[in-house]
Amino acid sequence: MDSITFDTAFWLDIFNTYLWPLLLIVGKILLLVVPLIVAMAYLTYAERKVLAAMQLRQGPMMVGPFGLLQPLADGLKLLGKETIIPSGANRFVFVMAPMLTFMLSLVAWAVIPVSDGWVIANINVGVLYLFAISSLGVYGILMAGWASNSRYAFLGGLRSAAQMVSYEVSIGLVLVTVLLTTGSLNLTTIVTQERPIWVDVLLFPMFVVFVISALAETNRAPFDLPEGESELVGGYNVEYSSMTFALFFLGEYMNMILMAAMTTVLFLGGWLPPFGIAALSVVPGFVWFAAKISFVLFVFLWTRATLPRYRYDQLMRLGWKIFLPFTLLWVVVTAGVLLYNHALPGMSAAM
Amino acid sequence: MIEAVFFYVFATVLVLSAIGVITARNPVHSVLFLILAFFNAAGLFVMLGAEFIAMIMVIVYVGAVAVLFLFVVMMLDINFAELRKGMMKHAPVGALVGFALLAEFTWMFKSWSPSSAALNGVAQPIPDQAAISNTHALGEILYTQYVYLFQISGLILLVAMVGAITLTLRRRPDSRRQSVAGQISRRPEDVLKVEKITSGTGVF
Amino acid sequence: MMSSELLANYLPIVVFLGIATGLAVVMVLASLIVAKQKPDAEKVSPYECGFEPFDDARSKFDVRFYLVSILFIIFDLEVAFLFPWSITLGSTGVYGFWSMMIFLGVLTIGFIYEWRKGALDWE
Repeated sequence: MDSITFDTAFWLDIFNTYLWPLLLIVGKILLLVVPLIVAMAYLTYAERKVLAAMQLRQGPMMVGPFGLLQPLADGLKLLGKETIIPSGANRFVFVMAPMLTFMLSLVAWAVIPVSDGWVIANINVGVLYLFAISSLGVYGILMAGWASNSRYAFLGGLRSAAQMVSYEVSIGLVLVTVLLTTGSLNLTTIVTQERPIWVDVLLFPMFVVFVISALAETNRAPFDLPEGESELVGGYNVEYSSMTFALFFLGEYMNMILMAAMTTVLFLGGWLPPFGIAALSVVPGFVWFAAKISFVLFVFLWTRATLPRYRYDQLMRLGWKIFLPFTLLWVVVTAGVLLYNHALPGMSAAM
Repeated sequence: MIEAVFFYVFATVLVLSAIGVITARNPVHSVLFLILAFFNAAGLFVMLGAEFIAMIMVIVYVGAVAVLFLFVVMMLDINFAELRKGMMKHAPVGALVGFALLAEFTWMFKSWSPSSAALNGVAQPIPDQAAISNTHALGEILYTQYVYLFQISGLILLVAMVGAITLTLRRRPDSRRQSVAGQISRRPEDVLKVEKITSGTGVF
Repeated sequence: MMSSELLANYLPIVVFLGIATGLAVVMVLASLIVAKQKPDAEKVSPYECGFEPFDDARSKFDVRFYLVSILFIIFDLEVAFLFPWSITLGSTGVYGFWSMMIFLGVLTIGFIYEWRKGALDWE
């Protein structure tokens, strides 16, 4: 009897120190991931509906009321399809690529503050973490393009990689400009940091550059050259089918939502009510956060419905010859103006 | 205890994937192993409290350098299996060089004693994490105290840039490019001529 | 080893990574189990608009892709230097500002060089 009581105490201890915090973390993550996957599924639906509305069509409307069950039907269909691995493919890398894309697009969410204090990992270097994860997105695409052993996939992957890499630099420089005004790499601090209105005006061009770069980074129209149907069939994912394809698809849309979330956190004030209207703060923070993300996503869809596709050399020129010098110049201008006006964070404390 | 577990996991995977880099038959797999090794190194940096270095490790090495490696390895038309055939033949020479290097290192470390100032620095490598974040601490000294080293790194980047261009830039004579300035500065008067044609005479 | 408070912030990321991996594996495996797998030679041959592929798709390509990724590494490093600078400019002040301006000036020379050389043109 004696030994048994000792054991329960021991296991209780183990449970309290290790298992319970772990379960708490898992619970939090699921609380984030499940709504995210639902949001992703309905983003595909929203995309089709918005595009349809802009082209005076109906969009999906057969499955369920207003076609609301369409994403579910699509998912089930993909699940029931055969996973085809091409004969010349490198099987391991071929299957790894979509999984990697999907995983990266999820893991990045760990540092995004959904509401005040609602963040899974409140690390000091949140911005760098996001930048690091988004710079890894190239791998899924390169690996897929190479492993498929198909010309279209290969060329699509190559183009896509060069494109993402080119816009990565301007995204980094935009981040630097925002950091100048916040003085912290922590995303929660970035949201709560008060900015005078003229600083927001100073940041506005960077906001525009960031949204455009986000479109290029997620391979969205008008920069969707990697999957330019007219020349490359489906791009890097021509050879994929079934769930491996679904994972690419999921990852791509998740990345869109992530980019929208980054825009919201960096420029639109995260979970705070718009324009600092205090009366609006009765609405919980995550609702504002979701609303702002939806707005940015709508802009993404709007762009797709409106603009024709870029040509590859034009795309590269925009990235290297316009965005890069402009953002670099703007970093210098912002730093100079803030320094001159003693408006840098940490400066007023020192004064 | 958990920290120790993580440390050993990161360290073991790091060493194993480093072995994978040199033993994998397929060069692309080698690069993928290399990326795994970088990741685990970043994990170890985080465990040391060097968050900034860990993230920069991922951004620069995994996000940029390894992409270049992957580009090169994936697309170069070299038969790597063919290249590897000579490996056993050259193994003794390689072993000899490795051994010489090891001997030199042992010799050097035996006669090496760091200055007392450096030893004092080791005791307190980073400021307290609670007081100032890793990145701040780095930024406070990098651009002021170590300004010359910082400028030298800028010059190295310049050399790398110029070197990359001189080595790889080839102009293709057969390709056509868009001249935006040319397109925009084209005036209708220069390229268009409106002629009044009396009917029945034709244009000549 | 460092303070566990700092590491406690990173633990969720590891757990998250585990969950994401699990999710990805489950989705692929589920489809392998649910769907009927019946590969045949035509089905698994690479897509090439109807005709048979005649050789390996992985081939040499324009050196420009390498150049882009090398230039990317250089600018990525430049951005890496800018990160700590941007958040500490308040305390390093004017000295830190001009220190970075010289650094950026040197790199701008390189940038102008590559622009003039046409390395940024895509043909």
